[in-house]
Amino acid sequence: MAVDYAALKAGGFMRQKQKNTFSMRLRVVGGTVTAEQMSVIQRVADKYGKGYIHLTSRQGIEIPFIKLEDIEEVKAELAKGNVLPGVCGPRVRTVTACQGGRCCPSGCIDALDIAEKLDARYFGRQLPHKFKFGVTGCQNNCLKAEENDFGVKGGMLISWNRDDCIFCGVCEQACRSGAIKISDGEITVEQENCNHCGRCVTACPTGSWQGKSGYIISVGGTFGNAIKRGRELLPIVEDEETLMKLADAAIDFFDENANPGERFAKTLERVGWDQLENKFKEIYNG
Amino acid sequence: MADYNITDTVDITDVVCPVTFVKAKVALEELDNGDILSIHMNGGEPVQNVPRSIKDEGHKILKLITNDDGTFDLIVQKAGD
Ligand code: SF4
Ligand code: SF4
Ligand code: SF4
Repeated sequence: MAVDYAALKAGGFMRQKQKNTFSMRLRVVGGTVTAEQMSVIQRVADKYGKGYIHLTSRQGIEIPFIKLEDIEEVKAELAKGNVLPGVCGPRVRTVTACQGGRCCPSGCIDALDIAEKLDARYFGRQLPHKFKFGVTGCQNNCLKAEENDFGVKGGMLISWNRDDCIFCGVCEQACRSGAIKISDGEITVEQENCNHCGRCVTACPTGSWQGKSGYIISVGGTFGNAIKRGRELLPIVEDEETLMKLADAAIDFFDENANPGERFAKTLERVGWDQLENKFKEIYNG
Repeated sequence: MADYNITDTVDITDVVCPVTFVKAKVALEELDNGDILSIHMNGGEPVQNVPRSIKDEGHKILKLITNDDGTFDLIVQKAGD
């Protein structure tokens, strides 16, 4: 029987150097694995692998040393604990995320929720080459948004309400960009220096700073053989619907324009960043 | 201009993050509700982060005083649990 390695790879089975042996990649969204999933993963690693798992660089889990003849059994076993196989090859990969606003005091957005929505929308979609999404909750960038083909970073659109302000001076110091100036009963923000980190909002003791969540989007990042930092083509995006429309536009652009085996950054360089930028602006301006 | 009376002061310029916040928190714990603590801290990380942490603990920040030598005094009123 000929082994269809491409199909196995597409289904998350990574061929190992040892003959007829695979490292099985699992589907993980935003680095979150439930206790129920962990217990079935543990059982499978013990019974079919070598009693350990590997944590990948992008929040994935692999179970190494799965034998070719056990593959169907392993899949069935994992499915019982709601664990699905991951993917490899030219398609949308694991969507990564930090814990974001659900747990982290600095979080400007619910990063995990966005990651889940992106995963539901695109995971495994076949494309000319791999395509990575990453979602980070704020400017601290723990999840490193710009490493991804499509990166999302949480930010805040801020506004100040004089009525509650006690002019304590905390926000002026909390702002690392030096964008806030307090003088004689007036607070001003130098908009061009504001990076939407939201630190003024979280630091203010009286709630005088109000923040509305937004999304800072970068495209064309890659950190493998070639290293490129994803670029921001738009100002901060204010709503989730626009974010998803932009994600659609980016992925369709890649699908339509990329040569096989070409990463998004290369496509954008070849076809022209302005092509995507124009599409983005149309969506952004409604 | 001060409309508060400082009960106690604590100097956290001799420690680094995250001990800065811990030291301030311990000083607050020794006070009674409503007492006022002045926390002496350095610029940079401490003044960027300690006020927020104190606020997150539920205490009331009254004022951040900027000193000429680049240090700050954060005036905090202790709140109950
Ligand atoms: S990126 Fe921001 S929200 Fe996410 S874990 Fe880091 S500090 Fe928290
Ligand atoms: S931190 Fe809040 S209360 Fe204090 S000066 Fe800034 S806006 Fe006013
Ligand atoms: S959002 Fe961040 S950069 Fe902008 S004014 Fe507030 S603290 Fe400064």
